[in-house]
Amino acid sequence: MKILVCISNVPDTTTKVKFVDGNTKLDTTGIQWIINPWDELSLTRALELKDDSTTGVKSVTVAHVGLIASEPTIRKALAIGADDAIRVNAEPADAYYVASQLAEVIKKEQFDIIICGIESSDFNGSTVGSMLSELLDYPSVSSVSSLKIENGQIVISREIDGGKEIVNVSTPFVAVVQKGIAKEPRIAAMRGIMMARTKPIKLYELIAAEPLTQVVSFEMPKPRAACKFVDAENPKQLIELLQNEAKVI
Amino acid sequence: MSVLVFTENWDGKFKKLSFELASYASKVAEMLNTNAVALSIGNVDESELKKLGNYGVKKVVSINNDTLKSLDDRAYTSVIAEIAQKEGSKVIILSNNNMGKGLAPRLSVRLKAAIGAGVSQLPLSTNPFTVYKRAFSGNAFAHLELKTDVKIITLAQNSFELIETANGASVENISVNVDASNIKVQVKDVQKQTGKILITDAEIVVSGGRGMKSPDNWGPLVELANLLGAATACSRPVSDEGWRSHEEHTGQTGKIIAPNLYFAIGISGATQHIAGVSSSKYIVAINTDKDAPIFGAAQYGIIGDASKVLPKLVEAVKEVKGK
Ligand SMILES: Cc1cc2nc3c(=O)[nH]c(=O)nc-3n(C[C@H](O)[C@H](O)[C@H](O)COP(=O)(O)OP(=O)(O)OC[C@H]3O[C@@H](n4cnc5c(N)ncnc54)[C@H](O)[C@@H]3O)c2cc1C
Repeated sequence: MKILVCISNVPDTTTKVKFVDGNTKLDTTGIQWIINPWDELSLTRALELKDDSTTGVKSVTVAHVGLIASEPTIRKALAIGADDAIRVNAEPADAYYVASQLAEVIKKEQFDIIICGIESSDFNGSTVGSMLSELLDYPSVSSVSSLKIENGQIVISREIDGGKEIVNVSTPFVAVVQKGIAKEPRIAAMRGIMMARTKPIKLYELIAAEPLTQVVSFEMPKPRAACKFVDAENPKQLIELLQNEAKVI
Repeated sequence: MSVLVFTENWDGKFKKLSFELASYASKVAEMLNTNAVALSIGNVDESELKKLGNYGVKKVVSINNDTLKSLDDRAYTSVIAEIAQKEGSKVIILSNNNMGKGLAPRLSVRLKAAIGAGVSQLPLSTNPFTVYKRAFSGNAFAHLELKTDVKIITLAQNSFELIETANGASVENISVNVDASNIKVQVKDVQKQTGKILITDAEIVVSGGRGMKSPDNWGPLVELANLLGAATACSRPVSDEGWRSHEEHTGQTGKIIAPNLYFAIGISGATQHIAGVSSSKYIVAINTDKDAPIFGAAQYGIIGDASKVLPKLVEAVKEVKGK
């Protein structure tokens, strides 16, 4: 069984974002780039499955669509434990464009389980994973909070609004994962970092694909009104404000 | 031409989000000078289907098919795409919840339709078709142009008000062919939460962080939530420690919610937490540290110890509600 984890390269989550070129582009100066938190947890789960000899998972590959500048993020995934990596040498224009590139690679390489995080912390689209499954005509399971392989069968727990469902699905398929898939992201050990240098990153050239969307501009959230403080001894005043001023209770 | 809205029901009753989606779709239809059509999949009776008409929908297409009893994203995508084509839908609207997040992207590829995901307002313009959406986990917003002929919008839950109108909707029952052998996702077990308010649906959410000190201190917080008809939530370390269930974890890696009122009690307000709650209309913070970043996001604050403030707050609510 071969697992592919799709990883996105995003600004560190504490980054104070700023924009340039008339608010059309992210100002990348000083930004620390990281593996998208969901994808990092997906990778952790994939490696756990590989570590367990009963699952039959033989390899974990990571794939990324991005230019050479994102290689440190790919190396980090390799240092954490991925066996090899694929990079499609293309600027990620939009979700459809990225999914189209990944679909081409998957058609050539063949994986049994493809895992994508539910969203990337930059564009918050929640779209690449399910788009990919449709492009490949694979089944997809989204909102996955647990992924197991028991007696060669895939057992997934997915969240539904108001509960959860346990489902089986046949391979190949795409899992779009959310909270619960792994607890703490696995951290690269020194040995992993050394080994990552020698692990292969296979390069694919981009295929033609037309983005379906375009960011016209970004804007910052509207500033909130300053906090009104209420005396800790008199919380009744808070309730009155919520009733009469905010009118929310 | 039409605007198609994909509704969701729970045991045959529409979820509140379906009426929110219908209200939104009707407004989008108005902007485009056309009508909103709703699609319902499942065993929903006529009187329930007609309720969508109260929120501006002109026609309800209802499909009740055993093969679609449980969710297979691929099968559902085929059905929605078929109806969208039949109805000549130029805009398709789904919820940005678990179901919508799975279906909308597949539909996007099937219909070559651009997606605006997690939208919380009406489109900024219809020509070009531009939506306003969350970006960088709430640290910014994007004006996103959807460049295709057909467009898909997933609406953030709780972000659009219910708009009641006096319209009536016609109901059309349709049968579709779904090849059962194509269903690849087999549901083995369903575990429903009963009697609990879902944090994604709730209008008020009372949330606790590490400042609550111990899982044993949750009593007054839960009492406050019960009094207010609110859902309970927590910060990530609280669920990681196992003090509260994972379903309650809000934030960047947890649930993203937009209630009218969010209580952050003993929560510092780290950016990753704020990322999940910044769309709340009002935030109330209770924290011992006057410099806690949560006060920067809150409209109302109490500087104080949660263990002392909460019981007083509970009393105050009882007093006010008792009036
Ligand atoms: C990639 C990534 C993703 C993350 N995703 C999330 C996420 O989704 N959700 C999330 O919540 N966090 C997330 N985090 C963690 C986040 O950075 C913070 O660590 C976390 O939100 C802190 O939780 P807290 O405020 O409950 O605890 P703390 O940071 O420990 O803060 C506790 C607060 O309680 C106050 N306090 C202490 N005692 C009392 C008292 N008696 N009464 C009142 N107040 C008191 C303190 O002053 C303090 O402000 C993420 C982190 C990373 C790196």
